[in-house]
Formats: sequence, structure tokens, C-alpha cells
Amino acid sequence: MARVVVNVPGQAKRGEVLEIRTLAAHAMETGFRRTQLGELIPRDIIRLLVCTYNGVEVFRAELHPAIAANPLIAFTTVATESGTLEFRWSGDNGYSATQSVQITVV
Amino acid sequence: MKVLLLAALCLSLAGKAVSEEARKSGYDFMSPQTQAMQNDEVTGPAALWLLDGEASFKGNCARCHAEGSMKGVAARYPALHRGKLVNLEQRINACRVEQQKAPAFAYESRELLALASHVGRQSRGLPIRIEVNGTIREYLDRGKDSFHRRQGQLNLSCTQCHDDNWGRKLAGSTIPQAHPTGYPIYRLEWQSVGSLHRRLRNCLTGMRAENHALGSPELVELELYLMWRARGMKLETPAVRP
Repeated sequence: MARVVVNVPGQAKRGEVLEIRTLAAHAMETGFRRTQLGELIPRDIIRLLVCTYNGVEVFRAELHPAIAANPLIAFTTVATESGTLEFRWSGDNGYSATQSVQITVV
Repeated sequence: MKVLLLAALCLSLAGKAVSEEARKSGYDFMSPQTQAMQNDEVTGPAALWLLDGEASFKGNCARCHAEGSMKGVAARYPALHRGKLVNLEQRINACRVEQQKAPAFAYESRELLALASHVGRQSRGLPIRIEVNGTIREYLDRGKDSFHRRQGQLNLSCTQCHDDNWGRKLAGSTIPQAHPTGYPIYRLEWQSVGSLHRRLRNCLTGMRAENHALGSPELVELELYLMWRARGMKLETPAVRP
């Protein structure tokens, strides 16, 4: 189950800097570990997080091995207009998760 | 004379338990960064388990139990259920088997940890209240004995670290007082939420002692003693620990 959590202030003043916090449930298996029998555990990580604000990309993060499980990614953007923030995570083995949040700018 | 005095001093120091006022949660030994992870209730890592637990409670338990009705429950377990000592996880499973006629969750499964976190969350901030009466006393004594008994190849007892040497370092880590105030916890070393029994098994492995199965009577008795030892301290479920 692709469980994600996004925390964005629901309302903001125009020009205000918003702090956005995202959390995604993921094991982030590095691909370097081995089982007790010596077999390599295949890599299984989130590769990309993209955030768009009314269709315009405002943040992009590429993730790599050795990032902890359940990555918390926090970033900021400037509140310009009311609308939708869309978050899209994608990764190995067809992992994909989306979340969208409404924001009102006054 | 000097030898006698020294011997008397050693005796008075040995086995000194922490006084009630001096007790500290593992939280107090953590770095500010790790404390911030625990304080962040919305995007802290345990939130993922809490959300799963809430959904599972709504789906499976809400027909009998009102939302929020589990307040204070986690603070009084382990307790007797049908004459047997059970902890919170086992009590949840008992409800599943007896009332819902559903198969029990595996002990360390994500489903059970999520439900236990959700139920435990409702007691956050409440003091631990273990009532000692009747047969509970026997279980408590056995748990107390196992806490104070030297065991394993290193010939260590729990009390030697957690009563006598808390606050000092074991390798790079600070030894806490072993108060189970926040279980299930999100442990950074595990990269996931885990139960108290998983943590106890870690300690027993480190002592090179004979280990007990998850959910075994020995571990539940030890859990009872630890909870009684932490009575009055506030629950932090689900806590974050390094």
C-alpha cells in the first residue's frame, strides 16, 4: 500500500513562504545488502518526487540508495495563487503514489 | 577497618534502583533532532503506522468500540485476561479471535503494530497505571526476578546496566533507564515501528543470553515488571528512539 502524508498550511498570504512536509512509506532497500544466504537483495527505492503548483513544477528531488526508509522531504515554495499542489512519487518496481492538496491564498 | 568500610560502601551502591523522582524516559537521553521527530505528530515516521491503525480500527473494531474509547487502555497493560497475563498486542488479538472470529495477527506484523500504535496513541500523556493484586503479584515477581537475574555468556543482568549505569555509554550509545513508555516505537535502527518484545530480544541477544519468543510468557512478565517500574510516568506512544 502506497501510504503518503503531506502537510501544507491550508491558507496563506500572497507572497508568503510555505513550508511543505512530505512523508512516504517505503522500505528504501539499497540494493547493496545481502540475505543470510549471500544473495543480493535487489534495489527497491523511490527515485523521484515532483511537486507541481497549479501545473507548474516547483520542486523536484531525485532519491538514491542509502536514503533512510520512509523518507521525509521538506521544502518551501512561495504562495502565489489559490489552487492545487500535486505531489507525485515514483520509483523501482512500478512504485507510484500521488497526493494533491488544496491551498487558499488571500 | 578500611576494608570493612569499603565493603559497606560497595554494598550500599550495589543494586541501587532509581528513585521515583529521578526516573527519566528514553526521550530525555535523545538528541534534539530525534526528539523533534517524535514531537512531529503529523509527519513523524510513526504517522504512517498510526494512519494504518486508524483505518484498521474503523474497519474492524468500530462496530463495538467507539472511536477514542481506547483512552487509557494502553496505560494499564499487561493485565489479566481470562486468568492469563496478556499485553496490549495479545489483548487485541484475543478480541479478534474471540469476538470477531478472525485469525489472530502475527505478533510482529505490520497490522498488529499499527493497531497497537493507534490504541496506544489514545493514552499518550497519561500516566502508566499497573494495578497489583491477586495473581498479578506472582507474574510481577517473576518479571522482577528475570530483570535482576544474571544470565547469558556475559553473566549480566538487566539491572546492572539500567539501574546501576544508566546515563553512561555502552559503545557509542547512552544507556537509558529502560522505561517502556513509548511502545510500539519507531526505532531508527530498525527503520520501522517495532514492539517492546522485539527490543527486549535485542537486549537479550546483546547479553548473549537464551532468548524468548515474541509474545512468550517470560517476555510478558518482564514487560509487566518494566511497566510497573515505570508506573506514574507518562506514555509517549508511538515514540521515536535511536
